Amino acid sequence: MRYDKPISMTPLDARRIVAQPVDRVDGPAKLSGAATYSYEYHEEVPGAAYGMIVPAAIAKGRIVAIDSAAAEAAEGVLMVMTHRNAPRQGSGGDAAPQLVGSEIAHHGQAVALVVAETFEQARHAAGLVRVDYEREPGRFDLAEAERQARPPRGGEHRMGDFEAAFAASPFAVDVSYTTPDQAHAMMEPHASIARWDGDRLTLWSAQQLPDWSVGDIAATLAMPSEHIRIISRFIGGGFGGKISVYADAILSALAARALGRPVKLALTRQQIFNGTSHRPATIQRLRLGCDAEGRLLAIGHDSVSGNLPGRSFEEGAASQTRLLYAAPNRLIRNRKAVLDLAPAASMRAPGEAAGLLALECALDELAEKAGIDPVEMRVINDTPHDPERGPARPFSSRKLVEALREGQRRFGWERRDPVPCRVRDGRWLVGMGVASAIRENYVVEAKARVRLDGQGRLTVETSMTDIGTGSYTILAQVAAEAMGLPLDAVTVRLGDTRLPRGPGSGGSWGANSAGTAVYDACMALRDMLAQKAGLNSTDARFEGGMMHGGGRSLALAELAGEGVSAEGEMLPGGLTQSYAQASFGAHFAEVGVAIDSGEVRLRRMLGVFAAGRLLNPKTARSQAIGGMVFGVGAALMEANVVDRRHGLFINHDLAEYHVPAHADLPDIDAIFLDEEDDKSTPLKTKGVGELGICGAGAAIANAIHNACGVRVRDYPVTLDKLLDGLPPIG
Amino acid sequence: MRLSLTVNGEARVLELDPRTTLLDMLREHLRLTGSKKGCDHGQCGACTVLVEGRRLYSCLSLAVMHEGEAVTTIEGIGGKDALHPMQRAFLRHDGFQCGYCTPGQICSAIAVLEEMAAGRPSHATEDLEAAPPLTDAELRERMSGNLCRCAAYPNIIAAIREVAGA
Ligand code: FES
Ligand code: FES
Repeated sequence: MRYDKPISMTPLDARRIVAQPVDRVDGPAKLSGAATYSYEYHEEVPGAAYGMIVPAAIAKGRIVAIDSAAAEAAEGVLMVMTHRNAPRQGSGGDAAPQLVGSEIAHHGQAVALVVAETFEQARHAAGLVRVDYEREPGRFDLAEAERQARPPRGGEHRMGDFEAAFAASPFAVDVSYTTPDQAHAMMEPHASIARWDGDRLTLWSAQQLPDWSVGDIAATLAMPSEHIRIISRFIGGGFGGKISVYADAILSALAARALGRPVKLALTRQQIFNGTSHRPATIQRLRLGCDAEGRLLAIGHDSVSGNLPGRSFEEGAASQTRLLYAAPNRLIRNRKAVLDLAPAASMRAPGEAAGLLALECALDELAEKAGIDPVEMRVINDTPHDPERGPARPFSSRKLVEALREGQRRFGWERRDPVPCRVRDGRWLVGMGVASAIRENYVVEAKARVRLDGQGRLTVETSMTDIGTGSYTILAQVAAEAMGLPLDAVTVRLGDTRLPRGPGSGGSWGANSAGTAVYDACMALRDMLAQKAGLNSTDARFEGGMMHGGGRSLALAELAGEGVSAEGEMLPGGLTQSYAQASFGAHFAEVGVAIDSGEVRLRRMLGVFAAGRLLNPKTARSQAIGGMVFGVGAALMEANVVDRRHGLFINHDLAEYHVPAHADLPDIDAIFLDEEDDKSTPLKTKGVGELGICGAGAAIANAIHNACGVRVRDYPVTLDKLLDGLPPIG
Repeated sequence: MRLSLTVNGEARVLELDPRTTLLDMLREHLRLTGSKKGCDHGQCGACTVLVEGRRLYSCLSLAVMHEGEAVTTIEGIGGKDALHPMQRAFLRHDGFQCGYCTPGQICSAIAVLEEMAAGRPSHATEDLEAAPPLTDAELRERMSGNLCRCAAYPNIIAAIREVAGA
């Protein structure tokens, strides 16, 4: 269906299964270890040889010599592939060629692949490959590179006379915030198993967007897409880190073809940090001005991030500011600088996650100057429509104020002392902070198929993936509700590019897009079944595994006969143009800052969100909390530390790149406000998966300032940055 | 090298490269892929299994160090259709998302409750003489060797609390 006008009633409105907090349908498989991730297909692909890559030990320059003789002679080694013997590959466009020449573009890039009979042999032999390099100076410092940053890709977004209005504002802040490079650090490393059957390639590979990956691999291997099949049934987290195709997929495929035997290849944890992608660091300048009532008169948000030469991705950290607050005078732009670090790419809520860390703190700085409560400041500057386009483009739904008010009440905001350093709990200075959450809503094309068999069982098929998001579960719920079947009569098959093309997991568009495709397929199936019974589908009611109508009740199992199937699709229409669409929320955090050491402990945290209809409140809450915890990491600990001499992220493992652990998290909860958005999808949903991170870290940074009076503008807020500003112990 | 041990109650004899970790022995040789490899360096906990009833990062241990010992992996704790109470509690409380850290979390959680029942203190234990109390702080401290990037943490603690009857 092309979705170009809001739908009214649908069979999902009954909400018997949809919108219920059911347990994940893939739970038992995951909880018992039966779910197979990409490296684990022993039965389907027996006898795979083991690959191990050798990563580049310099950031920029060239290979002058490779000595692989010792590796080739080592026990069990089947092949060593380097740029000298790697096959020719496609370049440009979507291609991701590996081992194509002696040039080194970034640290961690693969310079050799060793394949052996066993993992131990491959790992040992990889250490025997000797590579001599000629180093060249590289660009590793964003602050330095900023001076050459290119003008914005999509132009600047200007409205009114920003400079004049800012200069004339009674209250103003002009501050710079920096956010560091961050790692996705999903728990499952990138991994692939490749098998060729003649000229056909099957890859069991952790790919969030498997159909896109097929295109990338086809371009790289210069072969038709139809000859490539990717299977990604379970993916151990992605967060954007498994969107592009990396060395594991390409090199396992090349080696398997050369050896005439399946090859499996996982990146080591250390290789992932510099060899794949990351969220790039930003430098953001915020210029905000308001009147005595707190009304914003001028908003200026200017962000710069870096990427390798020729790469199109930039961190759009200023972009959400276009939609978040009203102000008549605006200047918003993103710029991109060239760096020679690993490729920058999307990580959970690209844009908003980094942008709100800066905007939401700068807004607090302004509120403090103007003497306005931070919650009120946000309420005052709410807008019912796209601030740039005016009332002609209203929001499809927007519950920012409701979320702020609900959170304010539940969190006990009235107990917050606006003056820092006055609330003490033993050695802890205690403070509270707030921040708004916004994440743009995406709906993309998607296809699905449903099949009803003679036993009354329904199978849903799409190449959509479940990366922990709950796709298996919510798609089963949509189909069960639409067909009037119990949940356990539905089987969902995902993560196989032979199935109808799903949207993949990214941009929080999965439920919106794949969900609608499944809904559309079910509606088509209902029509077919009604027709079979000589009924008009509008006269048929589907409930309890039966179709009722025309004074009769027929079991779906019987109606299905030999089996019936129908296809459905989502084709987004013009509603995203006529309506601004985003999910909203508000974060509230309470922290303690140790007066003697500057240690920060999160004490409690609440997120209040509105994201349209929730297909499953249980899994939605989990995703929201997951996002909030990413925000805790961003605020307090996460940073890829750039070694500016050698041009690499030096803390490239999970002992030194800190992500929040159990003991870092106190009471943390997420609640959702009732909302249905019929301008977004016929399911009345909006995106959920990334909303939780948006603004979460800023609420914590604001709480830190409220606790101890120190405003840190360089994330993460670690104790060394607080110590000098702490009040005297006493 | 020849190695004999018991895995999930079954006697096993293997011929192994001495460099093989316990984790790779399980995943690649016995095809018990429920135990996960997240880092291979003792930094994430995804590979946690029970050896002689105690939890252990199987990536940090060579298989040949476990001659004659009894190893329990997630497959030995409960299958899809016969979930252990801890697995059922994880399901009810949504204590997982992508599922990759999950077998390790479950093995750890089961061991944590046994460690506490045996009176073993942790960094969070204030009174070393008394039995450690079943508080969230104790559970969080003891579970901190198991990272979950999906951050199912609060739900995991809720699940463990329920099984502990706290
Ligand atoms: S794989 Fe063993 S601790 Fe990470
Ligand atoms: S469930 Fe994904 S890492 Fe824990």
